Amino acid sequence: MSLNPQDISRIANLARLQLSSDESERMLAQINGFFAIVEKMRAVDTTGIEPLTHPVATVQDVALRLREDVATETNQREDNQRSAPAVERGLFLVPKVIE
Amino acid sequence: MTSKLVQGYEVVIGFETHAQLSTNSKIFSRSPTRFGAEPNTQASPVDLALPGTLPVMNKGAVERAIRFGLAIGAHVAARSIFARKNYFYPDLPKGYQISQFEIPVVQGGAVEFFLGQEKRSVRLVRAHLEEDAGKSLHEDFIGQSGIDLNRAGTPLLEIVTEPDMRSSDEAVAYAKELHKIVTWIGICDGNMQEGSFRCDANVSVRKPGGPLGTRREIKNLNSFKFMKEAIDFEVRWQIEQIEDGLAIQQATVLFDPDTGETRSMRTKEDAADYRYFPDPDLPPLVIASDWIEQVRQGMPELPRVMAARFVNNYELPEYDSITLTQSQAMGAYFEQAAQASGQAKLASNWIMGELSRRLNAQDIGIEQAPVTAAMLGALIRRIADGTVSNNAARQVFEALWTGEGRDVDAVIEAKGLKQMNDSGALEKILDEVIAANAANVEQIRAGNDKAFNALVGQAMKASKGKANPQQVGDMLRKKLGI
Amino acid sequence: MSGALHDLGVAELARKLKAKEASAVEVAQHFLARGKAQASLGAYLSTDDEVTLAQARAADARIAGGESAPLLGVPIAHKDIFVTKDFPSTAGSKMLEGYRSPFDATVVRKLGEAGMVTLGKLNCDEFAMGSSNENSAYGPVKNPWDTARIPGGSSGGSAAAVAARMAPAATGTDTGGSIRQPASFCGITGIKPTYGRASRYGMIAYASSLDQAGPMAHSAEDCALLLSAMCGPDLDRDSTSLDVPAEDFSRSLDASLQGLRIGVPKEFFAEGVAPDVRAAIEAALQQYEKLGARRVEVSLPRTELAIPVYYVIAPAEASSNLSRFDGVKFGHRARQYGDLTDMYKKTRAEGFGDEVKARIMIGTYVLSHGYYDAYYLQAQKIRRMIADDFQQAFRQCDVIAGPVAPTVAWKLGEHGGDPVADYLADIFTLPGSLAGLPGMSIPVGFGDARMPVGMQLLGNYFQEAKLLNAAHRFQQATDFHLRRPEGI
Repeated sequence: MSLNPQDISRIANLARLQLSSDESERMLAQINGFFAIVEKMRAVDTTGIEPLTHPVATVQDVALRLREDVATETNQREDNQRSAPAVERGLFLVPKVIE
Repeated sequence: MTSKLVQGYEVVIGFETHAQLSTNSKIFSRSPTRFGAEPNTQASPVDLALPGTLPVMNKGAVERAIRFGLAIGAHVAARSIFARKNYFYPDLPKGYQISQFEIPVVQGGAVEFFLGQEKRSVRLVRAHLEEDAGKSLHEDFIGQSGIDLNRAGTPLLEIVTEPDMRSSDEAVAYAKELHKIVTWIGICDGNMQEGSFRCDANVSVRKPGGPLGTRREIKNLNSFKFMKEAIDFEVRWQIEQIEDGLAIQQATVLFDPDTGETRSMRTKEDAADYRYFPDPDLPPLVIASDWIEQVRQGMPELPRVMAARFVNNYELPEYDSITLTQSQAMGAYFEQAAQASGQAKLASNWIMGELSRRLNAQDIGIEQAPVTAAMLGALIRRIADGTVSNNAARQVFEALWTGEGRDVDAVIEAKGLKQMNDSGALEKILDEVIAANAANVEQIRAGNDKAFNALVGQAMKASKGKANPQQVGDMLRKKLGI
Repeated sequence: MSGALHDLGVAELARKLKAKEASAVEVAQHFLARGKAQASLGAYLSTDDEVTLAQARAADARIAGGESAPLLGVPIAHKDIFVTKDFPSTAGSKMLEGYRSPFDATVVRKLGEAGMVTLGKLNCDEFAMGSSNENSAYGPVKNPWDTARIPGGSSGGSAAAVAARMAPAATGTDTGGSIRQPASFCGITGIKPTYGRASRYGMIAYASSLDQAGPMAHSAEDCALLLSAMCGPDLDRDSTSLDVPAEDFSRSLDASLQGLRIGVPKEFFAEGVAPDVRAAIEAALQQYEKLGARRVEVSLPRTELAIPVYYVIAPAEASSNLSRFDGVKFGHRARQYGDLTDMYKKTRAEGFGDEVKARIMIGTYVLSHGYYDAYYLQAQKIRRMIADDFQQAFRQCDVIAGPVAPTVAWKLGEHGGDPVADYLADIFTLPGSLAGLPGMSIPVGFGDARMPVGMQLLGNYFQEAKLLNAAHRFQQATDFHLRRPEGI
């Protein structure tokens, strides 16, 4: 299968990436070149195979660890916002959100 | 059931409810979850999605999900999966929400409740754990919004029903019952003003027996009153559209309490494509059966169980028992009053009547009632043993409510509300009344009821109202041999 | 090996410091000076002499106090994918230019607590995406053996810094080979532990189910010391961190290799492998036989499939992991923009480099509606088949050996414009990464243009000590790991 320019702009929009037209073209070529390799994978018969998420689950059960419900974090707003692009009165500023 | 039609249309409603779980810390971080803190003072590096941070699951949130599953008779999954729901929004710090998609922790179950006198049951599809988003504040910034991430990462249980409801009244009744359950089992504080319990209603209409119509989702219904108004408006609107030959477009709408109307939200064109996939940062959530058992042991008696017990142990009508189990406090109040008085039905009547009226009038909970269950029990005992009449009892209740008195018998004494049961005194009064009204007596013998009642009235007057009218009538008949 | 400080490995420096033949401050100053002298290699992204020397003085104080932790006072530099309180953390991206983390990565914290002194932060491919270090927003890193060539990637700065003696050791991260391949290309030793051994907390995420931290140094002995300090459960911070106790990975370094079964996958010697690499690996295998090891042929039939499987899974996870870079809470925000969506799109277009954008696009596509099952899910299933193949192989052998890469380091710009060529060159490191197995690279010779060749050793889960033992015994018998680039 191969993608077309419409796919590229749809995906770029989903990923919130602005692509110039020549970037889109390069991207299209690169991604299609890549999907040529991926086709091999799609042919493999995987019926009855469990997907592997945590690699070590190959040899042992890996279950989610649960922590006790205790609140220990204190207010570190200043440190945490040190690298924020736009802050006012402790709030992160963004262009108006319309609902 | 027979669903009542609106202008020949059947209304179909399904609910999605977000209940904030009453944990101390957030679902994936150790930040506190208190409401109303200064902006971003309860947003840790994990909550802000700072580079390098990772989620660690809160046991308290899982435990609450298990409680809910047990409360509604659902299957608690031995193994469930956390997935990422990907979309960009400023109040979503990671650019994805950690939720559950294919395999939720709570599966199935049902919520049962009364719609008037009719017993209803709404089936649940699922309830899954997820994290709440932050808040966008639109005021006081021209052309900009301020983002507060204190709420981001607060644990939520999203509770999803089948489209089983057929009217706005039924929808509200369901929502109230669900609200009762989550607060009853202590997994959510139920504060709707603060957004702890938020409902989305999926509404559609169809001709009876026809295929399901296209639904529109009304978001963030945070009061039972608006819930009904919003659904009623939406139903009328959809019927008008269809009657005008217009198709309903699937949409998300908001209810505006000021106009009483719903309006379409600006829909994100790619909202549909969330690119769900299992979160590689979180292995599967495994819940051992002995943990479920342990949680079951710690569960309070559930409303429907308590109601059934009231029917069996106190011979209450089912309607009474459901009404008296609106909250644990009310159930407890009833049991104490019933035991103190030995008159369950009478206690039920007083609680559903006089007490509820006053609670509603002052908009206070039964916990704040100035008349304690013990007081009410004592009062009912005095009604039962004939010490006071029902009318007199109301006066006693009034005095107890206003704080004029604290002890039932003391109030009865002070107000002289005791019924005269001493027949000796009553005979004396009757003899005098008969002697003084020879003419009436003649008429009575002639079969004149008016005259009879007149004598009873005089006797009551002479007793300053303390005599039991019933008793007066009986004795008078005996004396006159009629 | 000459006696100069910078020729000493971690273990030797530790001994010298303990014997008070040199102070941590002297050692740190020496390496800082070498870093500045070789700035043109582009290995360091940030240094801060004051911070470094303050840490060195603290270490000297601990030594003076009679403390003798194995790494006390020894300097190390960190790949800039680890966040640090005291240095900027950029991940090699414009998106995080000047970013200051309020906390240290767990690995950085553990090494600091062990008394190691941080020399600075090292260049890498942007968000660890690359095999040549040409994808860094801060310029490429040059290979000390031939500055016209790439050092490998994504931990290219780490490999170059150690090879050029600008640091006795460095941290790296390995998602699809990012420790093993640059170690091989720069003639040093590096190890990636079992997935879940080292905490991922504070490692800027590329592909969550693959990322692992590991040490890069001159010898297996040094790597064992460093790995022992880096690993261990991080139960409070990383849900994928395994609850297995920290180990002393040095414990069996000297164990005999008599009877060790070395599995040689025939797929690792397919026609794609360059003759010079093939020859060096062949010689190394013979060396192992001299040391008493036995060669067994094994098969990893899905080796080629590892490329598409990896390049579906890693970009998918990356596309989601990198969504947090939206110009709201931290990092770059576009100067000019209209509405919110425009702000997102311009910010991300400006902040991310081409390869990162390409992988975000691929990842977004394979997760998008209607494609998830065909790509991501299918890849995760084949991933299990690949992992099971390894379990098959380990029934017949104790470790698996083969080339790290099909060729020696290529020339800067040689693959220019064709990232897929880079992808194909990862073929031998990807299978182990997908299976989450421990793997390392050790120098075993030189190929064309006198460029180093590394041999890959793969072990079964939790078999790091065995790998290090096999590597150490080889290095006792050879001196490839001690060779230095011209003029270094």
